[in-house]
Amino acid sequence: MSEGIGARVLRKEDKRFITGKGRYTDDIVEDNQAYAAFVRSPHAHARIVSIDTTAAMKMEGVETVLMGPELVADGIGNIICGWGVTSKDGSPMNMGAWSALATEKVRYVGDAVAIVVADTKSLAKLAAESVVVTYEELPVVVGSVEALEKGAPQLHDNAPGNLIFDWEIGDLAPTDAALAAAAHVTELDITNNRLAPNPMEPRSAIATFNEAEDHYTLYTTSQNPHVARLVLSAFYNVAPEHKLRVIAPDVGGGFGSKIYIYPEEIACLWAAMKSGRSIKWTSDRTEAFLTDAHGRDHVSKAKIGFDKDGMIVGLKVETKANLGAYMSLFSSAVPTYLYATLLSGQYNIANIYCNVQAVYTNTVPVDAYRGAGRPEACYVIERIMETAAREMGVDPSELRAKNFVTSFPHQTPVIMAYDSGDFAANQKQAQDAADVAGFAVRKSEAATRGKLRGLGYSNYIEACGIAPSAAVGSLGAGVGLWESAEVRVNPVGTIEILTGSHSHGQGHETTFAQIVAERFDLPTENIQIVHGDTDKVQFGMGTYGSRSGAVGMSAIVKAMDKVEAKVKKIAAHVLEAGEDDIVIEGGAVKVAGTDKQMLWHEVGLAAYTAHNIPEGMEPGLKESAFYDPTNFTFPAGCYICEVEVDPETGVTEVVQFVASDDFGTIINPMIVEGQVHGGIAQGIGQAMFENVVYDDAGQQLSASYMDYTMPRADDLPNYSVHHSSTTCPGNPLGMKGCGEAGAIGSPPAVINAITDAIGNNNLSMPATPAAVWTALQDVSIKLAAE
Amino acid sequence: MKIAMTVNGKSVSRDVTDNTLLVEYIRDHLRLTGTHVGCDTSQCGACVVHVDGQAMKSCTMLAASAEGAAITTVEGLAKSKDDLHPMQVAFKENHGLQCGFCTPGMIMTATDMVTRYQSQGKELTEDAIRHELEGNICRCTGYHNIVKSIADGASKMTTV
Ligand code: FES
Ligand code: FES
Repeated sequence: MSEGIGARVLRKEDKRFITGKGRYTDDIVEDNQAYAAFVRSPHAHARIVSIDTTAAMKMEGVETVLMGPELVADGIGNIICGWGVTSKDGSPMNMGAWSALATEKVRYVGDAVAIVVADTKSLAKLAAESVVVTYEELPVVVGSVEALEKGAPQLHDNAPGNLIFDWEIGDLAPTDAALAAAAHVTELDITNNRLAPNPMEPRSAIATFNEAEDHYTLYTTSQNPHVARLVLSAFYNVAPEHKLRVIAPDVGGGFGSKIYIYPEEIACLWAAMKSGRSIKWTSDRTEAFLTDAHGRDHVSKAKIGFDKDGMIVGLKVETKANLGAYMSLFSSAVPTYLYATLLSGQYNIANIYCNVQAVYTNTVPVDAYRGAGRPEACYVIERIMETAAREMGVDPSELRAKNFVTSFPHQTPVIMAYDSGDFAANQKQAQDAADVAGFAVRKSEAATRGKLRGLGYSNYIEACGIAPSAAVGSLGAGVGLWESAEVRVNPVGTIEILTGSHSHGQGHETTFAQIVAERFDLPTENIQIVHGDTDKVQFGMGTYGSRSGAVGMSAIVKAMDKVEAKVKKIAAHVLEAGEDDIVIEGGAVKVAGTDKQMLWHEVGLAAYTAHNIPEGMEPGLKESAFYDPTNFTFPAGCYICEVEVDPETGVTEVVQFVASDDFGTIINPMIVEGQVHGGIAQGIGQAMFENVVYDDAGQQLSASYMDYTMPRADDLPNYSVHHSSTTCPGNPLGMKGCGEAGAIGSPPAVINAITDAIGNNNLSMPATPAAVWTALQDVSIKLAAE
Repeated sequence: MKIAMTVNGKSVSRDVTDNTLLVEYIRDHLRLTGTHVGCDTSQCGACVVHVDGQAMKSCTMLAASAEGAAITTVEGLAKSKDDLHPMQVAFKENHGLQCGFCTPGMIMTATDMVTRYQSQGKELTEDAIRHELEGNICRCTGYHNIVKSIADGASKMTTV
């Protein structure tokens, strides 16, 4: 079957994108549409003394200016974090109030203070600028370490010392004991730099209130429209759930940042109701830097111990996680259950302990960004493994290999139970593809050109397919993380799949059709995927955490099982055969071993005419299913990066990047490779280019593409991408997920390579030319001193 | 003020305020929404169109300064409605797009690049493609398949 599982089917969705016919939120125009602009705080921390809207309200074409106190008076609820994390002393996390429009205080530059609605976009912006807000400035803190110090400025009254929670996992005493008895201990201070997600489509929303029908519609750039509708109705009280339709049309990338429900969507819906106008808001890029949830921003101290044979005996990590000024929707889960649970890496480690302090600062809220916690964990373990190997004078790949988990299932000391994998196979495949054996020759050749060549490994493991609902519920999640699907076979035999997953670049319209094509032996052109509209699709949880394959497709498989059973019953009845003898192949439903058959569409027609179906059977051919996963899935792999550094300038070039991934079953290798490419690019971006920088006053110095270095085509190499897969036993298709691996696995490989090249392990991300050059000077100073 | 130009082969004229950007004219006035806006500092290239045959960032240009010009947007790139430009085909065949947001700008930049190199008889190497893409950002693809698409599109364009 040329279009089924494993085929490189070209994407069904491409035609509209390559011809300019995509339909993104900002492309949509509603009748009677007005535009919103937000008055935003220029201060990182201040008390609002007064707001004067007189000048703005006098401008012709300005519809309204609305502020926080009125929003609160109308009963619009505070923005919440949906995952409760408990501190080690048993106390609940300290969640500070976050109103969509600030009422008394602003806590980061960009905090929304008022929404201005006007006839045109430029007028709305102009009017927003003429709103005069008087602030009383307050002291500011931007770093997590500083925010925890005595006397630091306080952001929220109910979070003393700016501490949101002080959480732990694993056993402290045995870990300390193991480290104390270790033959070798390696310690490392690690900073995981703050990133801005930067999907190329800025966030956008169009809110409409139909008064006659008491009904709201919200077009929005969302990865999970149903979750948005639920939260907007149940928690923010903007509109009743059955009176609110949320549509996420074509969405131009998300990478996590479009999971959350932001102040702007809430304010637009509310203002649409107040003003009677449809309201469109589209972020500009600077606003995106100032308001889209950031990622990462961890400061950690790690300690790993080995016995005399190089076997790991214990790992201890202390992390401070900067969550910004407010708790975003899943912010608490990222530095805890999505982070510390992966600290065991690919290794058999008997004792692990991790303590995480989550902290408020006067910065943009931090939440899940591609990888969400797993890149931070991978960076800790893969940097410290490399460092330990160098300290002990052993080959870093051998040190890793001797500590690999080799039998499954494997229970780590930090919740996760790895279900499958062959880490040695991935490492071997990567080493062969990277020609590690030839590295020494390449290194000396580079030296003749005056270049320093280095090689770095990263053997990552991560957790996808989130997640078993009961399990995450017990860990504090406010939602279940199943997925839904409906399979509709039409009377003419064509099929619509309604999925709760959402595609914003992942190619679901193609890959989801492929699994249906495989099952019913039909061409993908007869299969349509419907997603992203709460009026069309049953409740679903959306797309993040590489869950659309392992969870979303599993729901489709479950629904297809039911369809197949009914199809066989109908065919058996019509063809007067036993159900067990019925097979589906070649566009027909046949009695095996005979020439008796019904064409696929004849079965569809039979189901809907209902003239001749088994007695008692309901007419129609449409089935739905909810799939709740039984475990996380564990994609893993080995990445090898090779760099050349120019010692004169510190300029570093990635000259080779090899990936060997285990994603379980692969539906469409072309799309999977594309996901890996994009993930690696973001990982190299983190390692070498990207950094959100704040000054001491809390001003973001990196809020445009002039200041925040996005990786460009000439910064990046071609990637050599390979697969060596084991089947995931946890879901019907055996899939593990591929969306985030590249971003998780690549940063340590890059930094391990650069530090290998320059002979100095003391290098933080991003390894800009200045940072690399400085690290090189430290080496020469040290050499001169010796 | 009233401005007139040719867009995708058709003469159009509209009343606009004098500070209207070309990209706003294309998106908001002509409702050709294939041309995108991804930044406010002329850095991303999502807005690239052809002005008198040359790739231009339509966010950096006033609509008024395109008075009398011939504009091509991604919607008008193919010869006819049922046709695709070879570069569009190449992007599809090489999986050169994921979310599609950067794609129109990439394709418009790519066709300009290939035309320039081919008319000058210069070889469009992989390095040259990467260098020429300096003004276009893609967050999804890591560029690998975009570079492949453009190389393939270039050979498809010579054989047309
Ligand atoms: S929108 Fe024109 S360069 Fe970004
Ligand atoms: S395909 Fe999404 S930004 Fe390029």
